[in-house]
Amino acid sequence: MNPDLRRERERASFNPEFLTYIVDRGAERTRRRREIESLVLNDPDFQHEDVNFLSRSERYELAVKKSSQMVMKIREHGISDPEEIYWFKSFVHRGRPEPLDLHLGMFLPTLLSQATPEQQDQLFMSAWNLEIIGTYAQTEIGHGTHLRGLETTSTYDPSTQEFILNSPTVTSIKWWPGGLGKTANHAVVLAQLYTQGQCKGLHAFIVPVRHLSTHEPLSGVIVGDIGPKFGFDEIDNGFLKLDNVRIPRENMLMKYAKVEADGTYVKPLSDKLTYGTMVFIRSHIVVESARFLSKACTIAIRYSAVRHQSELKPGEPEPQILDYQTQQYKLFPLLATAYAFHFVAAYMTETYHRITGDINQGNLSELPELHALSAGLKAFTSWTTSSGIEECRMACGGHGYSYCSGIPNLYVTFTPACTYEGENTVMMLQTARFLLKSYTQVSSGKPVGGMVSYLNDVPQQRIHSQAVAARPTVTDINDLNSLVEVYKLRAAWLVVTAAKNVQAELNRRKDKDDAWNRSSVDLVRASEAHCHYVVVKLFTAKLSEISDAAVNRVVGNLCLFYALHGITKNTGDFLQANLLTSPQISQMQQRVKDLLAVIRPDAVALVDAFDYSDAQLGSVLGRYDGNVYENMFEWAKKSPLNKTQVHESFHKYLKPLQAKL
Amino acid sequence: MAWWNTHRDFKNSINKDINPDLASERKFPPFNVEKLTNLLDGGIENTRVRRRVEAAIHSDPVFSRENQYFLSSSERYERGIQKSIHLKKKMVQLGWMKDGPEIQWLNRVLAGDIGFNVHAVFVNCILELGTDEQIAKWIPLAQNYNIIGTYAQTELGHGTYLRGLETTATFDMSTQEFVINTPKVSAMKWWPGDLGRSATHALVLAQLYIKGKNYGMHPFLVQIRSLHNHSPLPGITVGDIGPKMGFEHIDNGYLILRNIRIPLQNMLSRYSQVLPDGRYVKQGSEKINYFSMILVRVSMIDNAVVNTLTKACVIAIRYSVVRRQSELKPGDTEAKILDYQTQQGKLLPQLAAVYAFHFIGPYLHDFYNRVHHEIKSGNFQSLPELHALAAGLKALLTEYSSAGVEVCRRACGGHGYSMLSGLPSLYSYVLAACTYEGENTVLYLQTARYLVKCFASGQSGQSLPQSVAYLTSELSRRCQARDRSDFLRTEIYLDAFKHRACRLIRGAATKLQAMVQSGVKQYEAWNSSSVELLEASMAHCQYIVVKVFVDAVEKLDSDPAIQKSLKHLCHLFALHWIRTNAGSFLHDEYISGNQLDMVTASYLDLLLLLRKEAVILVDAFDYTDEQLNSALGSYDGQVYQRLFEWAQKAPVNHQVNSAYENYMKPLFHSALSKL
Repeated sequence: MNPDLRRERERASFNPEFLTYIVDRGAERTRRRREIESLVLNDPDFQHEDVNFLSRSERYELAVKKSSQMVMKIREHGISDPEEIYWFKSFVHRGRPEPLDLHLGMFLPTLLSQATPEQQDQLFMSAWNLEIIGTYAQTEIGHGTHLRGLETTSTYDPSTQEFILNSPTVTSIKWWPGGLGKTANHAVVLAQLYTQGQCKGLHAFIVPVRHLSTHEPLSGVIVGDIGPKFGFDEIDNGFLKLDNVRIPRENMLMKYAKVEADGTYVKPLSDKLTYGTMVFIRSHIVVESARFLSKACTIAIRYSAVRHQSELKPGEPEPQILDYQTQQYKLFPLLATAYAFHFVAAYMTETYHRITGDINQGNLSELPELHALSAGLKAFTSWTTSSGIEECRMACGGHGYSYCSGIPNLYVTFTPACTYEGENTVMMLQTARFLLKSYTQVSSGKPVGGMVSYLNDVPQQRIHSQAVAARPTVTDINDLNSLVEVYKLRAAWLVVTAAKNVQAELNRRKDKDDAWNRSSVDLVRASEAHCHYVVVKLFTAKLSEISDAAVNRVVGNLCLFYALHGITKNTGDFLQANLLTSPQISQMQQRVKDLLAVIRPDAVALVDAFDYSDAQLGSVLGRYDGNVYENMFEWAKKSPLNKTQVHESFHKYLKPLQAKL
Repeated sequence: MAWWNTHRDFKNSINKDINPDLASERKFPPFNVEKLTNLLDGGIENTRVRRRVEAAIHSDPVFSRENQYFLSSSERYERGIQKSIHLKKKMVQLGWMKDGPEIQWLNRVLAGDIGFNVHAVFVNCILELGTDEQIAKWIPLAQNYNIIGTYAQTELGHGTYLRGLETTATFDMSTQEFVINTPKVSAMKWWPGDLGRSATHALVLAQLYIKGKNYGMHPFLVQIRSLHNHSPLPGITVGDIGPKMGFEHIDNGYLILRNIRIPLQNMLSRYSQVLPDGRYVKQGSEKINYFSMILVRVSMIDNAVVNTLTKACVIAIRYSVVRRQSELKPGDTEAKILDYQTQQGKLLPQLAAVYAFHFIGPYLHDFYNRVHHEIKSGNFQSLPELHALAAGLKALLTEYSSAGVEVCRRACGGHGYSMLSGLPSLYSYVLAACTYEGENTVLYLQTARYLVKCFASGQSGQSLPQSVAYLTSELSRRCQARDRSDFLRTEIYLDAFKHRACRLIRGAATKLQAMVQSGVKQYEAWNSSSVELLEASMAHCQYIVVKVFVDAVEKLDSDPAIQKSLKHLCHLFALHWIRTNAGSFLHDEYISGNQLDMVTASYLDLLLLLRKEAVILVDAFDYTDEQLNSALGSYDGQVYQRLFEWAQKAPVNHQVNSAYENYMKPLFHSALSKL
């Protein structure tokens, strides 16, 4: 092991293993996760060369190969718990996306939730055995967020009892669905249903797109790959154009809405149920945010302990770059954030599971808040993680740009999360809508519950959009509870401010939608502050669950650091709202720098505790043993460009020019 | 006829039909767009030259960028070489001289997609650091591409800190040769462009040893590949460092040297020389060396950084008036996404930054030329100021531009992730500039060092150079704005930036002084103040950028219509930075909470004003579709047709799908009997 890293580990003030258990939500889970990982790592079928050296086509093929084996092996090993399946899958694909993601994550669940029992009988086992592979075709080239704007049509023809699917315009071509380009032979197509001359809105249809025996596109179907992207090389995101494609009536997913043989439309009972799925997917993005950010931190912090650069003290050897205050100031806030997001993710997962039972019983009371919270936190965590990965990469200097660092891959794999499953700005505005609704409710005398209950205090606290001399609330900058309080007041202040702005615009223009649009910059800000408060609150709450004294102290410092750093990065809000004074801000700024030195000795142990194997990190810079330079050289030598000493372009272009010296 | 039946003729229809949503944006330009184009080009004659260069390059199939996004890195590399060599011939044919007016446009027109970039650095270094004989021997060969050179400085384990480089060059008097060695793995040269597959020669930076004594870093000319068959020479291990983010066409390389002997004459000896008897002689000032580094930073600001952010803005803003999404009002048609305030809040500050940064290049170039002139007459007085400005502004502009390109990319929703949007490539391209030619944090701290020094001189009553003179000037303690319109007065916000920079520099310098006085060692005090120093340095650079923008716009009074629009951009730019750094303006109550609300109110007004002109303001940069190479950003706005057209050309849509043949076929066949 690299001596620098060994020394870092020896001087850590706590046992990272205990912290791993906390991150995993229990020692038993840690054990099982490692067991599953070793099943995958020791399976020769899942060994292959570094994907960084493969072409897009080769990466796609490798991923298909691994996925088809994976599905069989998950069954062989008797793994059935959804979380364990997720682990298995992410170990096999080493955290990368794969062509069957939409088949497994959308096509199968859609069959389960929206197909009638007869439809399930017909399709589910074949889909489960990969005899048919499906995708979920919703987004169109000209339409994303606004579902009602989708243009694909499905017109019922009672004479043949068929639906006729069409892409009437160029903007209506289905665009982006993963697995659609080259893999899928079926698609769940979202289309506007027309029957008896009326549009009944968006419904889901099972459409065969490729021939089962030849895999050629069926007649009337134009399907293909949308071309190269920023990352996601393994995935054949596709386009789909339908020209009078006829499918039998039974291919409409009819568990809720129905079209009868004569064309009569039967309405679904409730559409709130789809909320549950959205909450689940968005909560999952919070989980992914925590994972990606902690991987990037692991790489950057280990490398910063190995890399030596410049002189700190004249005449002494070059110090580890992690000893520079500026480097700590780049990385430690991200490290603290990664822990914060793990705890937030755990909260979201647990809450989701807790209320799933209620939802199935028809009790949807907690759903709107969770829905709003999951939208906001999805945006908050994915934005922070995206920029955080890039900060980690830049903290690795030049080598961060090389694929061998693994960080470019983390970035391109993660950053689409800012856009898919709900574009982040749209998500923030959804949360804002909920916050304003809650505030209106409170103003009319009805208290609200849950994470927004702080709004109940607003009338008493006289929080005004125009900052008046409120008394600063924080007396001790080391007291987490009063920091949580100040985050809460900031959120309340911004919600009230945004609400007043919307009202002022409304008074001026009398147009609700215009007023909303003209206040949306403020509304996004209010949502961000609300999410920030939730994160600080949940991080703080987690401390009481950590029994090991050493771990509790270290994580407690991280939490304090997270809370203080967040304030120093947003001082404008706290000052403008008169929640803190300038001298307090100065104290906090100093305390943040003092805490850098407190965290420094435990930094490597803190990333070790995330417990990512080298295979999962896929990074030469972030290797557990820290033998970076030797392995960078070994890695580069494997690059296909080095297979010959002389590149063919030399003979074509250079040789004719070169003279003897 | 259904729309898809017409798409065979689609190619011909492109550019004839302007998307009506884009055309309507162009209907009532508030000023003469061509005039603004001339202004941005630096004069009407420059616009003419640029278009001439564009016509010559874009009409030549060798320079075509069609299908570029589908090429492998090996193919991209080969195309880059082909283009470089073809360009040289073409320049001779067209009679373009090396110092002619066409040259400054080549980078923009070729869109950086060309090889032999570090070869050019190699040539410049020989010209700067070589003796007349060395120049006479090497330059003609290099200029004719008879040899290809690279500049091998960075090592696997060493970057920023030059003194830490480990490659050695030991003088062997008995043979009158230098022996070059890579003593350990961390010392191998790593990253130089053109090294991996092209270079025949390398300018190797190595620690010079004579009779066991180290004389520091010097440049040595080393042949690394055979001129007959291009294979590495004995003792040389060389190759490509493997895939990286962006720069697919560049062969960044590694190089190991084992007992490579080169003649005494191969050390570049303009400033320091080793005599045959082993004596080491220094002549002239090495500061000139330092000076060429500044030129590289100054030039990259325009070529690599501002250009890239500009293109990203052109693409994102045009796409944002073509893309329609959701209803602003129930029942209306879906709105152009640029009509959403949040979209304006993302893109218009980037547009304002493009204009602000556009004036930084000329500002630094003027300053550079002045200092160059002074240095020739032996006056080095302004060099530290120039160095500090170039370092800080390089850091600030690369940092903001790369973040800005990413904002533009994400503002394009899903399609921003497609390579065909052009945005991912722009991002990878601009991003690397944060690290090369000086890592940004290191550069900010260099500027901070200068500022702290100036602050001390100012305190002891000395007069200060122009860019830092405000450190000793009389400053008001409170912002004078009384209503939102006051924040549309340049002196109001300039004072705010000045005040804030001053406060932060004073704070950092005072803390540093106090620590040193209390007995903390200088280096320790520096390290524990470096977060404050960084902030002070950024605040100074922000002030300079706003000041340069304000000054430039004030000079445009010959065209009031253009001046008016640019003033709005300037206001928006300044107010955006005040908003995003609100805390540091509120901190000492220079700006009050009420005033900050005025800032926001004015900022939101400006978004609405500039929304109307946004397309015109990006059109004025006059980027050709070839330069943008974006399905989302083309002049005609035929976004969706182009995306579909281009995607169908992707090679995966024409190749045999072996994943199907190998893995899926057996599975699907067993479904045949069941469905």
